[in-house]
Amino acid sequence: MKIIGFIIVLLCGGLLAYATSDFPYWGDPASPASMHVSAYYIENAVADTSVPNIVTAVLADYRGYDTMFETAVIFSAAIACFFLLRIFTPESSQSKLYRHIPTGITLRIAPGGKLPEKSDTFERIDSSWVPHDLIIKTACRLFIPFIQIFGLYVIAHGHHSPGGGFQGGVILGASIILFAVSNDLRSTISRMGEKITAFLCSAGVFIYAGTGALCILLGANFLDYGALASLMGVDPVSARSHGILIVEIGVGITVMAVMVSLYYILSSGGQLDEGL
Amino acid sequence: MHDLILAIMSKYNYWIYIVLLMIGLYAMMVKKNLVKKIIGMNILQTAIILFYISVSAKKDGTLPIIIHGPHAGHHPVRAADYINPLPHVLMLTAIVVAVATLGVALALAIKVYQQYGTLDEDEIHTRIRK
Repeated sequence: MKIIGFIIVLLCGGLLAYATSDFPYWGDPASPASMHVSAYYIENAVADTSVPNIVTAVLADYRGYDTMFETAVIFSAAIACFFLLRIFTPESSQSKLYRHIPTGITLRIAPGGKLPEKSDTFERIDSSWVPHDLIIKTACRLFIPFIQIFGLYVIAHGHHSPGGGFQGGVILGASIILFAVSNDLRSTISRMGEKITAFLCSAGVFIYAGTGALCILLGANFLDYGALASLMGVDPVSARSHGILIVEIGVGITVMAVMVSLYYILSSGGQLDEGL
Repeated sequence: MHDLILAIMSKYNYWIYIVLLMIGLYAMMVKKNLVKKIIGMNILQTAIILFYISVSAKKDGTLPIIIHGPHAGHHPVRAADYINPLPHVLMLTAIVVAVATLGVALALAIKVYQQYGTLDEDEIHTRIRK
């Protein structure tokens, strides 16, 4: 099997290497990919949409359908993970570990045993035992707000600098995952619950598709943001810029919620009880 | 000989992507461990992304953000000054879809592990036949 696989891989690589002779040289301004529609985008993006970042303009305006269904794809990936792995087990069917904070003694409570009351002297810990980690928790607590601010900046400033909904959403999701890694999964879920992530997952897609539908209601084509000018009280070109911003915010919300819910489900094996 | 080296060196971006694609394809086909197969899939996706991004490059082209601002002045936008934005857009979405497929693939791997207690392909086959 190894030899057959190696031969197939070599054949594939040989064919691709053979085709390389027809490809354009690196950095060739006249390469076929740069000849047709991309020149139009570069020369007309600012006049059409007043967005200097051409990537954002193409992503959310010229190729708006593509991005909308891309958002739907990651939304359905989160739903698929939920259906594959999520299991609802009754609270009392597993043994749980508690730590008595003043003495550092760890208690294992058998299934059905009496759990300590909610107080400051006992804290629930994961079954893979973790020591006190004051430095990590404090450092992450200091980092996370700045990471989130940066994520919001990347979303909001995607018109004028590299950035946009996808990148900013991933940064925001990473900040929440960092909190879950540095603390534990339960305290993260108590702050950002499963229902909220599911709601945000669908809310982003709804914002995107709803903006498109609003354009239909205002008498233009689907995702033709120029029609929003009458609502916003600006000229159609800057209405396109604002429409792109709304859509990017929707994308950012969906990407953030999908990253977080993927982490919740994958790290806990679907139980959402004990994570990494 | 000199021509051959020149031909290889002037298109080295394609050679890198071919090597990455071969590594990924080999891992997907030959490796027995499911997680290694998933890693191979990711390497293959990275090769494709590298291919697209390297096609978009232009000599003396800057990144595809039109120079603007109060002190930038007004000069005509020429397509040769900016690198091709279209592959960047396509790959931006492809990266996100790669993460989504990675998530679903890992979920399937976890499910297989819960069911059969192993991630080795041959072991899974024998346990399915039982």
